Amino acid sequence: MSLFIVNILDGLVTGLLLFMLCSGLTLIFSMMGVLNFAHASFYMLGAYFGYQISTYVGFWPGLILAPIIVGFIGAAVERYGLRRVHKFGHVPELIFTFGLALLIEEVVQYFWGKSQMAFEAPGVLKFAAFSIAGNAFPAYKVFMIFIAMGVFLVLLYILTKTRIGMIIQAALSYPETVQNLGHNVPMIFMGVFGVGTAMAAIAGVIAGPVLGTFPGMAVLLGSIVFVTIVIGGLGSLWGALVASLLIGWLQTFAAAYNLRMADLLVAIGLTEPVDVAQSMLSDLWTLTLPQVGPILPYLLMIIVLVIRPNGLLGKRET
Amino acid sequence: MLNVQNLHAWYGKSHILQGVDFHVGEGEIVSLLGRNGVGRSTTCKAIIGEIEPQGMIDFQGENMVGRKPYEIAQAGIGYVPENRDIFPGLTTRQNLLLGLKPGQKDDGSSRWSLEDMFDMFSNLRERADVDASVLSGGEKQMLTMCRTLMGDPKIIMIDEPTEGLAPKIVHQVGELLEQIASRGVSILLVEQKLAIAMKVSSRVYVMGHGQIVFEGTPQELEENPEIRREWLEV
Repeated sequence: MSLFIVNILDGLVTGLLLFMLCSGLTLIFSMMGVLNFAHASFYMLGAYFGYQISTYVGFWPGLILAPIIVGFIGAAVERYGLRRVHKFGHVPELIFTFGLALLIEEVVQYFWGKSQMAFEAPGVLKFAAFSIAGNAFPAYKVFMIFIAMGVFLVLLYILTKTRIGMIIQAALSYPETVQNLGHNVPMIFMGVFGVGTAMAAIAGVIAGPVLGTFPGMAVLLGSIVFVTIVIGGLGSLWGALVASLLIGWLQTFAAAYNLRMADLLVAIGLTEPVDVAQSMLSDLWTLTLPQVGPILPYLLMIIVLVIRPNGLLGKRET
Repeated sequence: MLNVQNLHAWYGKSHILQGVDFHVGEGEIVSLLGRNGVGRSTTCKAIIGEIEPQGMIDFQGENMVGRKPYEIAQAGIGYVPENRDIFPGLTTRQNLLLGLKPGQKDDGSSRWSLEDMFDMFSNLRERADVDASVLSGGEKQMLTMCRTLMGDPKIIMIDEPTEGLAPKIVHQVGELLEQIASRGVSILLVEQKLAIAMKVSSRVYVMGHGQIVFEGTPQELEENPEIRREWLEV
C-alpha cells in the first residue's frame, strides 16, 4: 500500500510535468493547425538557460528568467518564422518546426557540449518532505507538484475567466471570424506561442535537476508529448491534463511492479515450459512489465485512436 | 460611405472577382444578388480583407485594400459570415460580448447594447448562459448578426442571413435589417432569395461571372425580366 502511494505521487510528478508541455502544445496546435515539432526543444532551452543562470545567481532567479527569455524567443519564432512560412501551407510549417528542433539541439551542443550539466535542485529543497514506510519523498518533488498545479490553475483562470481567454477560445475554432470582429488575432497567436513555450521552459527548469540536463532531453520527451496530446484530444486542455496524468501513472507503475508475463500466461491456463530458455516462445515467457513500460503509452494511443479517433476529450478532427 | 471600384480577387489561380464596382450610401440598404458561385461572398471577404484583393475599397475616404481584417473591422466595417461561426464552448452572452472591439465597453456609448439584443430577441435572453452551439439555426443567425452589431459597425455586410431558415424567422431577419438601418447603419445584404432583398433594399446589384451586371432599384429589377431570367432564376 505504501509503495502504491509513493507511485501515485511519483506518477503525479511525471504527469504534471508532461502536462506543462502538452498544454502549450495543444493550444498552439488548435490555433495554428500545425504541430510544433520544436516544442520539446523549448523545454530543453528552459533547462539549459535555467542552469546557466543558476551558476551566476542561483536557482530561483533562473526559474523566473529562463521561461521569460524562452517565451520571447518563442514569440519571435512565431512572428518572424512560422507566420511567414504559414502562407505556403502546413507541410512547410511542419518542416520549419522540425528544422528548428534540430537547430536548437545543435546550438545547445555547440555552447554546452554533449555531456550532462551539473544542474542541481536548490539547497533549501534538499530534504525529505515526508516518508511513507521508509520511502522518503523529496521536498523538491512536492515543489514540482505545486509549481505545475499553479501553472495549470493560472492557465485555466486566464482561459475561462478573462476576456483574452474568451478570445483565445473563440480563435481556437474560428480565427478568421474573431479577426473580422476587430481582434488582433496575429498578435494573440504570437502571445499564445510565447506563453506556450514559456510554460515548456518552466517545465525544463524544474525537470532539469531531476531528469538531467543534456542535449538528448528534448528528443526523449518529444515523442511522448505528441502521444499525450493525441490521447487527450488535440486542442483540449482538460484532455491534455487527463492524458498527461494517465501516462505519468502508467509509466511509473509499469516501472515499479515487476509483473511477469509468465504469471499472466499461467493464469489464463497455459503451462510454463520446464526449460523456458530452450522454449520457442522464451522471449514471451520471460517478458516483464518494466520491460514493456516504455511502449505502453504508444499502445494506449493506438487503443484510444481505435475507440475514439478524436482522442479522449477532443472535439475536432485530428 | 463604401465605394468599391474595379475590385479583383483570386482564389489560387482562379480569377473570381473581375472588376467589381458598386457603392453603398450612408444608412442605405443595398443588396448584392446573384446565383451561387458568382463571387458575392468573395466580394465580402475581399472587403473585410480575408482574401487579398486588388483595386479600390474606399471606406469613408480611406482605402482599405492591403489592411488587415482586424484593422478593417476596427475602422467600422462589420461582416456576418454565411456559415455563422458560433464559437462553441462559449455561452450566448460570451459570444455577444466578443463582438465588442478592443477597448470598447458595453456602457451605452455605442448604438447597440447587450440589453438591446436581448430585448429584440427574447430567445437569446432565455439562453444567454447556455453553450451557444446548441442554439437553433434561426437563433444562431440572430446571434451572429447581433454579435457583429455589438462592435458598433458603420456598415454591416450580411451574407445569406435567411439561408435554411423557416419563413417566420426570415420575417424576423427582415425586421432586424430595418431596425439596423433605422439606427443609421448601412447594410450590404448578400442574398439569393429575391423576396426579402426586394422588400428591404433601396438599391440592388446583380452579379454574374465576377462582375456587376445590373444596378437599379428593386422596382427596376422587377420590370426587367431578362436580367432576372439570365442572372437570377434557377
